[in-house]
Amino acid sequence: MPAEAATQATSAPARIDFQTHPDRYRHWKLTFDGPVARLTMDVSEDATLKPGYTLKLNSYDLGVDIELYDAIQRLRFEHPEVGCVVVTSAKPRVFCAGANINMLGKSTHAHKVNFCKFTNETRNGIEDATENSHQVYLCAINGTAAGGGYELALACDYIMLIDDGSSTVSLPELPLLAVLPGTGGLTRLVDKRRVRHDRADFFCTTSEGIRGKRAVDWALIDELVPRSKFDETVAERAKAFAVKSDRPRHAKGIALGPLARAFEGDRIVYDSVAVEIDRAQSLATITVKAPTAPPPADVAAMHAQGASFWPLALARALDDAIVHLRTNEEEIGTWVFRTTGNAEYVLATDRFLLDHQHDWLAREILLYLKRTLKRIDVSSRSLIALIEPGSCFAGLLLELVVAADRSYMLNGVRAGANEQPAAVRLSAINFGALPMVNGLSRLARRCYDDAARLEALRKEVGRAIEAEEAEALGLVTFVPDDIDWEDEVRLAIEERASFSPDGLTGMEASLRFAGPETMESKIFGRLSAWQNWIFQRPNAAGEDGALKLYGTGRKPGYDKHRV
Amino acid sequence: MAIDYNERIPNNVELSENRRLQRALEAWQPAYLDWWKELGPVGTLNYDVYLRTAISVEANGWANFGYVRMPDYRWGIFLAKPVEGRTIPFGDHKGEPVWNEVPGEYRAALRRLIVTQGDTEPAAVEQQRLLGQTCPSLYDLRNLFQLNVEEGRHCWAMVYLLHAYFGRDGREEAEAMLERHSGDAEKPRILGAFNEKTADWLSYYMFSFFTDRDGKYQLASLAESGFDPLARTCQFMLTEEAHHMFVGESGVMRIVERACQLMRDHKTDEVRKFGGIDLATLQKYINFHFSVSLDLFGQEISTNAANYFTQGLKGRFHETKIEDDHKLRDATWPVHQLVDGRIVPVDQPALIAVNERLRQDYINDCQRGLNRWNKVIQSYGIDYEFRLPHRAFNRRIGTFGDVNVTPDGKVITEEVWQRSKGAWLPSDDDRGFIATLMQPVIEPGKIAGWIAPPPRGINGMPFEYEYVRFN
Repeated sequence: MPAEAATQATSAPARIDFQTHPDRYRHWKLTFDGPVARLTMDVSEDATLKPGYTLKLNSYDLGVDIELYDAIQRLRFEHPEVGCVVVTSAKPRVFCAGANINMLGKSTHAHKVNFCKFTNETRNGIEDATENSHQVYLCAINGTAAGGGYELALACDYIMLIDDGSSTVSLPELPLLAVLPGTGGLTRLVDKRRVRHDRADFFCTTSEGIRGKRAVDWALIDELVPRSKFDETVAERAKAFAVKSDRPRHAKGIALGPLARAFEGDRIVYDSVAVEIDRAQSLATITVKAPTAPPPADVAAMHAQGASFWPLALARALDDAIVHLRTNEEEIGTWVFRTTGNAEYVLATDRFLLDHQHDWLAREILLYLKRTLKRIDVSSRSLIALIEPGSCFAGLLLELVVAADRSYMLNGVRAGANEQPAAVRLSAINFGALPMVNGLSRLARRCYDDAARLEALRKEVGRAIEAEEAEALGLVTFVPDDIDWEDEVRLAIEERASFSPDGLTGMEASLRFAGPETMESKIFGRLSAWQNWIFQRPNAAGEDGALKLYGTGRKPGYDKHRV
Repeated sequence: MAIDYNERIPNNVELSENRRLQRALEAWQPAYLDWWKELGPVGTLNYDVYLRTAISVEANGWANFGYVRMPDYRWGIFLAKPVEGRTIPFGDHKGEPVWNEVPGEYRAALRRLIVTQGDTEPAAVEQQRLLGQTCPSLYDLRNLFQLNVEEGRHCWAMVYLLHAYFGRDGREEAEAMLERHSGDAEKPRILGAFNEKTADWLSYYMFSFFTDRDGKYQLASLAESGFDPLARTCQFMLTEEAHHMFVGESGVMRIVERACQLMRDHKTDEVRKFGGIDLATLQKYINFHFSVSLDLFGQEISTNAANYFTQGLKGRFHETKIEDDHKLRDATWPVHQLVDGRIVPVDQPALIAVNERLRQDYINDCQRGLNRWNKVIQSYGIDYEFRLPHRAFNRRIGTFGDVNVTPDGKVITEEVWQRSKGAWLPSDDDRGFIATLMQPVIEPGKIAGWIAPPPRGINGMPFEYEYVRFN
């Protein structure tokens, strides 16, 4: 055993891949009945992402959630006909036991946090599907739903619980593990379901949970269904939700084929994105390429292009690159965004998407871009945008500049170069189509509480804005000229790499989200911060901590000081 | 109107002094009686049954015999006498005085333990409710009813604890215990084995031997609890449980005896055509009931069981007689696991293997019963021996839930399992044959042809005694 552990420690950890396909699912079954899809959880105990734990009782690790994420994405793009998705379990008497505790116990802190972030994004994605894609998620809890299992249900729009005298919903994290429910459970209880905070307090300290009538009375679930009527009633409700959906019953979906992606040493090359890692500087440069042609002539042509339509290909590539870098490149602390290509094509694509929002696919692509940009906002990496001649930070791609913690724009051109000065361009898409987790557009966040300044920006839509003007409008941070550029950029990056990564993460997360709170922002901000603090504390993670001792049968010892 | 609680509900918990408990039981008792009338033994409300009633915990108090109509049975509440100065015998609290109130910290865990145990008691009554119609003799019928009322009393014992110590939640759980029903499509019993029908008397005796024995081991480990009212309640229940073991063991033994007589008299192994149950069929029933009962002990590696132990809530069998530190911080226990397609014992931390240890104690105990049955076979000079199947055989829960294993412990493919299982487990034909034997015999002193009469009757009465009057 020690010998084995030693070899594992020295060899590089296997890359966690976020690409999968229903044909390869180990843990979920995706089935269809007209406008109703069923997403059935049937976790294979031994198909774990890492050794050292088994996924009993439909508990999950990142591998299980990667499949869930894939299924949700495919339901949106490949199944326009589906208006309702039923989430349920294939295991008798067990719906889902939540995140696997032994997996958490064996994981590094960074992996735990990353895992929580991804699972949170996936559950937010479920809510986004319900609310904006009108693919309503219905949770059919046909057994015990504990912790993350119940949190998965909370992300759904409608929760049905089997009334078999035994099955409960519960959030036992605090009493059993001395941690918090990590995927939005606390926030969704009081913010989304309006469960009274005093009742929520009781619920979250009662390890065995609540069943039956009290679960309905307290709004923990929406409907309690007798065991013999369960399947029938679920089917009925699902059908009713599907009928109300505006998703086109007879449209044909587009296939999300294998992602064009090549790993070449420290380079990852996608069709429209390239990632280059500089390990010495803890830096990843993410270069986005503009489309090489104007958008298709009409909606039909867009459907014909399918997954190769530029903004969709871009969203998929960026999405994959982000989760890959977050998970597999933890030491790469700074992400630099660059763009290259024809800005006019980018703007034309923006217009095309906004003009055709009535089409389900255009709507889906916009929503996917929104979610992908949100992933960037909540990534614990320093974000820097570099705007140089030949770049195309326009409209959709300008979001990368406004999202960044800092941006540098070359003022003028490089000596001797035959090029146009760098310019940025606003488009209508920057004014609300791609909101952050706090509900504001990135521009509105930048001009927080200053409506006049935001209004002034609206007037600049479509125009090429060069460095000094961009600085004056508040679109970029600094505008060094040719002589200063190299040094300024180098210093910014080197300095960044010298700071404490923890300090940076906390500072960036605190500065990025000016403005109001939403359920999502609370989940990422408040809940995650508390959780990550608790995860580090001896009461959870110490030798005598509850998380550490869970499964051994030994009793945790708590430091009784309130902090 | 003043109710004489001590008369209606014999008890040693000072029920007549405790208003909270009276209020709780007043509400629960009518629901219990309704449950008994609806789901207790079918069509028996007017029978006078020669039953034993416990009226005190004194040596002569637990066995008072007389004719009783079952709905009028005095289901009492008894706790074994407290042991002066008893301390918690195991876990982190070892050596501290036992708790007479529920510690807040362990409230949920204790309630879960009590509810899970309590749920099995009325379940058994529900499973057996039709058996009275096919009894092999009045003696056996009376024993069935005795067990039924005692399962009912054991339900009372758990309900008492819920009412007395767990407030509103406890009352709700007590109600739920009467709402879940064995095999119910809406609200089944908590544990799978208690949702199966007990279809015939052979199954009943096997159930009483194997499945009730699980109950004995669960009760014995709860009798070690640091929560003294639970420990004392279970201690007293064990005296009754011992009788249940006797009914099961002697029942099977009399069937074996009858089979051997027929084999001897007709010089054949094929006793079916003479109305007996052949030894090979009995072996199949042993295989079935043993394996499903093993599932009741839960996962081989169990965090819950470990927590219960550390918390001082549920100990090991005969905890105080075990010579170790009773904390299990560093001890190991060999747990059977599947390694490279073979089943081998692997040392695991003893704390998380508490279930497995209890399962081992149970297996040893079952083997002792089999030895006694084998002695009967030997006494007829017959060359046949019952054997317990391997612990991994026919399991649904735990490490072996997903693999197919022969009675000898060899791992086989699903295909081989499907082909061979008829040789190891009762087939539809076997069950059909047993069903043909299930003809009621209710004349005093008479007995069905597939089972031998008992060597003696109840409470010194002869076998011919009219143990049940049908009125």
